[in-house]
Amino acid sequence: MTTMTDPPRESFRLSMLINDTRYRSMTFQAIALFSLIVAIAYLANNLLTNLAAQGLNIAYDFLGDPAGYDINQRLIEYDSQSSNARAAVVGILNTLLVAFLACFMATVFGVIAGVLRLSKNWLVSKLMAFYVEIFRNIPVLIWIIIIFTIMTAVMPAPRAFRGDEPEATMLFGAFAFTNRGVYIPAPVWGPGSMVVVLTFLASIAGVIGYRRYATNLLYATGKLLPMGWPSLAIFFVPTILVYLIMGRPIGLEYPELGGFNFRGGIQIGAPLIALWFALSIYTGAFIAENVRAGIQSVSKGQTEAASALGLRPNRVMNLVVLPQALRVIIPPLISQYLNITKNSSLAIAVGYADITATLGGITLNQTGRAIECVLLLMLFYLTISLSISGIMNVYNKSVALKER
Amino acid sequence: MSDTQQHSISFVRTETLPEREPPYAASGPVKWMRENLFATIPNGILTIVSLYVIYLILAATLPWILNGVWNTASLSECRDVLDGTVGACFSVLTERWNQLIFGFQYPEELYWRPGLAFLLLFVAAAPVLFFDLPRKLLIFTALYPFIAFYLIWGGTILTPIVALVGFVAAGFFWKNFVARSFALGFFGSIVVAFIVWWLGGFLISDTANENAAMQAVPSRDLGGFMLNMMLGVTCVSLSVPLGIALALGRQSSMPLIKWICVIFIEFIRGVPLITLLFVASVMLSYFFPPESQVDLFLRVVIMITMFSSAYIAEVIRGGLAALPKGQYEAADSLGLDYPQAMRLIILPQALKISIPGIVNIAVGLFKDTTLVSVISMFDILGMIRGPILASTEWNGVYWELLGFAALLFFIVCYGISQYSQWLERRLATDHR
Repeated sequence: MTTMTDPPRESFRLSMLINDTRYRSMTFQAIALFSLIVAIAYLANNLLTNLAAQGLNIAYDFLGDPAGYDINQRLIEYDSQSSNARAAVVGILNTLLVAFLACFMATVFGVIAGVLRLSKNWLVSKLMAFYVEIFRNIPVLIWIIIIFTIMTAVMPAPRAFRGDEPEATMLFGAFAFTNRGVYIPAPVWGPGSMVVVLTFLASIAGVIGYRRYATNLLYATGKLLPMGWPSLAIFFVPTILVYLIMGRPIGLEYPELGGFNFRGGIQIGAPLIALWFALSIYTGAFIAENVRAGIQSVSKGQTEAASALGLRPNRVMNLVVLPQALRVIIPPLISQYLNITKNSSLAIAVGYADITATLGGITLNQTGRAIECVLLLMLFYLTISLSISGIMNVYNKSVALKER
Repeated sequence: MSDTQQHSISFVRTETLPEREPPYAASGPVKWMRENLFATIPNGILTIVSLYVIYLILAATLPWILNGVWNTASLSECRDVLDGTVGACFSVLTERWNQLIFGFQYPEELYWRPGLAFLLLFVAAAPVLFFDLPRKLLIFTALYPFIAFYLIWGGTILTPIVALVGFVAAGFFWKNFVARSFALGFFGSIVVAFIVWWLGGFLISDTANENAAMQAVPSRDLGGFMLNMMLGVTCVSLSVPLGIALALGRQSSMPLIKWICVIFIEFIRGVPLITLLFVASVMLSYFFPPESQVDLFLRVVIMITMFSSAYIAEVIRGGLAALPKGQYEAADSLGLDYPQAMRLIILPQALKISIPGIVNIAVGLFKDTTLVSVISMFDILGMIRGPILASTEWNGVYWELLGFAALLFFIVCYGISQYSQWLERRLATDHR
């Protein structure tokens, strides 16, 4: 039986590039590469021709030039003499600010609505279903404009707060809702306030440390330490004590009516409020659906098994249902956060100075550097998206079912 | 025993008692309310709070809607009619109806053309949406894009006809050659179509549009809700095939093709739609040949299609990944090649799984068409914020207009999502 040898190796023929599956993929890829190069070369050639025809070039030195416009809402020092690059940084910070605020608020709305939608109370669950359907099916841009209109057209002007019998009054004497934005008290950091802040941070660490110690003790010895009131005590008592000992270094500056407008306090502009609120309620409706799906994905047997083991309802929730539900909830939740960040670019519709409105709006129009501005804008959003999805991948790996 | 009982029990009932009504609190609406509204004390509090919220909402909106004014010419007239009472000025909707629907530049005497195209859309979409309808209707669906183009843009009839002939020739080529080799049929038909269009280009003179039977309407005259509908329908129908191609490309074993698709999808999904619209409005024209004039509508369609196809590709990739591996192996063992396996075995199942996701993307895309108002196209939101609110007659009528736009979008999007749920139930073949 020595005849069982490999068939003689066929020599390579040109027709095998089309007929042989081993080589055909090479042909396809070569064609694809060729057409890609041709397409890029064609587009680049058009670009260069068009730029040359208009006497333009690709350069980024405009970033160093003075921007020449003012930005109301800003987190860092900025004036109209600052550079375009600094305007872009102000925009980036504003984007991150509104994205962070809206993520937080949307999670609150979403979790509440999602849990209530599963309520046994017929009226409440129907009301939440109504909320979800209404907000999911109407464009977020319309919501932004509706809330912006409420903020600017319905809220009273600052002068309505004037006089002996004003048409509008401040909430608790501290919050003023006007058509120029909302005024809230600003903290005043006196000498020694650093100590209070440090104590506060230390007590947060203390709470975490205590809870970890209690859990370890429980697992090691079975001894159950109380969790609730010691945590509260560690959280509040030291900070309040230090605050009083240091002689109340942190005060509040209330907004006051002066001239034609409010003075003092922090002004939150109407565009920020509109964007923040609209993104929160819109995305909250989506998060509510994710939360509902997550809770429903935990089978009833799990709850029943946990109860049969003698766990109390809150422990069933904390130890059995939530860890399993979170595995389902968190990935779509993070992609909703990503959506909030991307949707915050709609700020341009209400004049909130985020990165799209500064770099992609005013700077682009003033310098005429369309290609550079749009490329930088895309680069920023890409960086954010890719880093968030990178974090999400790491998280997904850590909570993935450990299968053997 | 019976004897003793006879003595010890003085009375035995021999007939059954008539059934009594259940207690009042254990049946009917009272029972329902006790179980569903007031089961526990916190539950009862929640019910009362919800009732109060509902009351607040209704108290704020109902008088406003019921007391609405429908026929005045301006806001000040409407305020006179209302005479200080609460009420809506819906007359802005009746007075500016044409602008809201068609935009402010579309020629008034031609409104019947987009109207007819809108009605025909239902006829064209019906056989795609409902499988029970006769399959012959699909012929009309295939013709619809050309009819709709001719109705909305007008101009010479040669343009849609040449486009149609190109597709017919390509289809003819495909039918005859696909049996020999998929690649030959596929790429050959694309080449045939381009040849036909190129030759057809000589037929259409530059002045053909000027004295055509149907008056030509340039793209920049389109507007209102019509623009949203057109962008939505066009981009969804274009992005589904593109999304399928991208998803298959991302699954491909050829590294080059795979990486082109991955980079494209991740790039598009990483940036907001509005930056892509900026590309369409300020940047894309740099990439076209210098003498060409690609109008804004087409540029926006290109960018939105790219945007949604990347998302649809991800949904379909999920569907492809959800198929058991046995399906791929079964197709291989039947001796099917890649195109046959995909067309006959994999895609029908994968697409069925992906339908809810694709519909979600379609709804999101339709809502996102409002973003074109940011790059100064006058869709319904652009019309409201621009010409209508800026006019002297209607300066200050916010809620009626925004509410109307919201209502239109709600009707369409809610309708689509209800259809998708119906389709999911209809396609469920797993007998659970």
